[in-house]
Amino acid sequence: MPTPADTTIRPRTALKAARHTTHPVAWWGWALLLATAAGRTANPWLLLLIVAVAGLVVTWCRGSEPWSGAYRVFLVIGLSAIAVRMAFYIVFGGSDGPTVLFSLPSATLPEWAAGFRLGGDVTAEGALAAAYDGLRLATLLVCVGAANALASPRRLLRSVPAALYEVSVAVVVALSVAPQLVESVGRVRRARALRGNTSRTPANLMRTVVSPVLHDALDRSLALAAAMASRGYGRSAGIPVPARRATSAALLIGLIGLCAGAYALLSAATPAPLAWTTVACSAAVSAFGIAFASKRVPHTRYRPDRFGWRDWAIVASGAAAVVGTVLSGILEPAALWPATNPLAVPDLPMWAAGGILLATAPALLAPSSRGGTP
Amino acid sequence: MNPGGIAFDRVTFTYTGRPVLDGVSFDLPEGEFCLLVGPTGAGKSTLLKAVNGLVPNFTGGTMTGRITVAGREVRGSTPADLADLVGYVGQDPLAGFVTDEVERELAYTAEQLGVDPAAMRKRVTEIVDLLGLADVRDRDLAALSSGQRQRVAIGAALVAGPAALVLDEPTSALDPTAADEVLSALHRLVHDLGVTVLLAEHRLERVAQYADSALLLNGGKVTAGPVGEVLGASPIAPPVVELGRLAGWPGPPVTIREARRHAAGLRESLAGHRPTPVVDAAPGRRKSAPTEAGPPLLEARGVRVEYPGGVRAVNGIDLVAGRCERIAVMGRNGSGKSSLLWALQGTGKRSGGTVAIGGADPAAHKPADRRTLAGLVPAEPADLLYAETVAAECEGADEDGRVPSGTCAKILADLVEGIDENAHPRDLSEGQRLALALAVTLTAAPPLLLLDEPTRGLDYPAKEALAARLGTLADAGHCVVVSTHDVEFCAEFASRVVILSDGEVVADGPARQIVAASPMFAPQVEKVLPGWLTVAEVAEALGRSGEGAADSGTSDDDGA
Repeated sequence: MPTPADTTIRPRTALKAARHTTHPVAWWGWALLLATAAGRTANPWLLLLIVAVAGLVVTWCRGSEPWSGAYRVFLVIGLSAIAVRMAFYIVFGGSDGPTVLFSLPSATLPEWAAGFRLGGDVTAEGALAAAYDGLRLATLLVCVGAANALASPRRLLRSVPAALYEVSVAVVVALSVAPQLVESVGRVRRARALRGNTSRTPANLMRTVVSPVLHDALDRSLALAAAMASRGYGRSAGIPVPARRATSAALLIGLIGLCAGAYALLSAATPAPLAWTTVACSAAVSAFGIAFASKRVPHTRYRPDRFGWRDWAIVASGAAAVVGTVLSGILEPAALWPATNPLAVPDLPMWAAGGILLATAPALLAPSSRGGTP
Repeated sequence: MNPGGIAFDRVTFTYTGRPVLDGVSFDLPEGEFCLLVGPTGAGKSTLLKAVNGLVPNFTGGTMTGRITVAGREVRGSTPADLADLVGYVGQDPLAGFVTDEVERELAYTAEQLGVDPAAMRKRVTEIVDLLGLADVRDRDLAALSSGQRQRVAIGAALVAGPAALVLDEPTSALDPTAADEVLSALHRLVHDLGVTVLLAEHRLERVAQYADSALLLNGGKVTAGPVGEVLGASPIAPPVVELGRLAGWPGPPVTIREARRHAAGLRESLAGHRPTPVVDAAPGRRKSAPTEAGPPLLEARGVRVEYPGGVRAVNGIDLVAGRCERIAVMGRNGSGKSSLLWALQGTGKRSGGTVAIGGADPAAHKPADRRTLAGLVPAEPADLLYAETVAAECEGADEDGRVPSGTCAKILADLVEGIDENAHPRDLSEGQRLALALAVTLTAAPPLLLLDEPTRGLDYPAKEALAARLGTLADAGHCVVVSTHDVEFCAEFASRVVILSDGEVVADGPARQIVAASPMFAPQVEKVLPGWLTVAEVAEALGRSGEGAADSGTSDDDGA
């Protein structure tokens, strides 16, 4: 006879009641600040340091939820980003140097496409620059992965005001896709092995892995959206239509502005004052939209996540990384954007490295929900 | 019209030109526990979703007629606006959870409705106590057992204090004990809170005893009435009702207790008969369970499966099985059934022990060779299917298995008739899709056939058809191992039962002996007539002794 004892409960989760839960906004803020720091440099030492710091904090602080494995997945995506960047360099070229590694047959492009090339010399300097560039992109991805692993998008959603029904449902559906993909891919791959299908051609993978996984993700997201609606998420009751439209418009403009501002901040071409003004204005528009709409929604919170000193400290530690890169940008700009021509081992900018190391603070501030065992 | 409950007035719902509901009218009084019965694909889910506006708001289609809940008009409102009026619980609670902790999940609806925080805490505490969730209120949802999860989903729907609760197959993924937990909690809620409950379920044997009334939905039309009457006339009925129909008991009785009171006469007329071992009267079938002969096909010793975090799903299991055996692996959810099957097949993880199928270790072979040793149909058969049409799927399976073209299509035609070759596999009924996945697996001609929870979403005729198909395969020399917690399916199918608990074998032996000794795994017929497992056995015995009109009506294999 099987005992009625519950076999699926794992003892480690029993400790949960006692632990302090970190505010999801703090985790996402920390991770995005770290990503900002990564965006401000192409120094490989700094970028690798950021990946390591994110990895350390994830190992120490993540919970035992299904999406806690997201970090590893984003690491793989990051590696493929580097590979793609390298492939692009080899085919289409980029910065060049004197050290030719090998030559590909090149095609001459017509006048109007001047500046591009196809094939031709592949140089060590150019390859290195491409690798730095790819690494930077990979680091950004890894930071997003860390945020996913540390605080589920669903928890983050709790902090989104329900006044923004249409927008936030879209966000939930989009965000919940990523962690579920991890699960689906595992399931579909096992099922694929059951059919004895080990083909690795892109067409076959597309048909037998990508398409079922996407199908699955879509089904689940729709199920979630329906479940949320049946539980009253984003009730329109009591809000006049023009007010709702005005809110949505304010929010949409604000968000687009924020994206543009973030892009301007990351790219070196835009003057900093303009970029900051854009960010500040769009943040104000978004905040207005949210505040305006939230006032009209009769909406309460059950034991709200309090944004305590720990959460401020976590955000501050992320900010330290940004401050470090800013200081390095003023004091030692050459080390932040190391030259690849001539080839040289890049220096480690001290200020930025120090700031990024401070971003490991959450490992001490927010002990793991798994009783400290990584 | 009763203002307190759920009322449908000439509701017609058409989707892409096909009427799903056709002039449906019924009236459930306040506080009624009503069971919605019907064959797979009859539109039960559509009817349930119409109550809270998910149909047509989330599905499209055109709807006419009038639906009221507690006197409020439902049509024209969105599901979100109806959240304070109707609670909706789906089949897979995990898919509908918005948060990741029990208390937050319970409070979610109340938050959306803007319930005052103090009142909300009180309500959450009440619901926690009503549903027996006090021990787990601080846990993560991911750490709960499936029965607890479903209770949380029900609690979450109830916190807002709705007048009606609608449940779509709430227990179909649960083992018998967890299902009982959920249903008895529901039963209590009906009495304590006066909620009107409308519930659809395939495993009627679990639910029928709790219901006050029933609705039969067939061909878009609804028949309402007392549970016994409706089930008596339904093409889908639990074994106890079929037994009642067979014996001509008045009612017919829907609970084991009622049936036992009528059973004395039947027991007498069965005295002196012995059941012919498992399934059934199909001509040309072997009448006795084949005994083990020759060397065993499957020999697994000390199989262990461990997952990260120190979870031991399978802990040292020995399993030896020969050809022609029909084995049911039973146990509660999380007892290691699936992990064992995947480890035996070789694709799943195995942390220790040995597995030999015909002397070869499947895990040491490439996937393509592995599937010629052991085939596994996963719990979600659709995972095995990629193609756009059934015909393309069969051709793909022929290519994967490097067998002559047409092999898979022929196997499929033998398994089930009347599948549209050009249909998309996802548009097939559950039973047809399972048959297709089975055919794809059988294309590699594996001597060992493993099926992980194949009965989910199947109605009684489909399950009987599946048991008969698997029986034929076993007779043809396959060793068939099915993991299931479906007691009635096990009674129809298995010659041998292995019961797992916490990753270990706690019982292993002939089906009749094992299930009879277990209150949890005994089928309904065994509870009424000790020693007998299925209605078909009883019918045959009665037929042999020349008495009783052996009208087993719906137990025909209708090839679902």
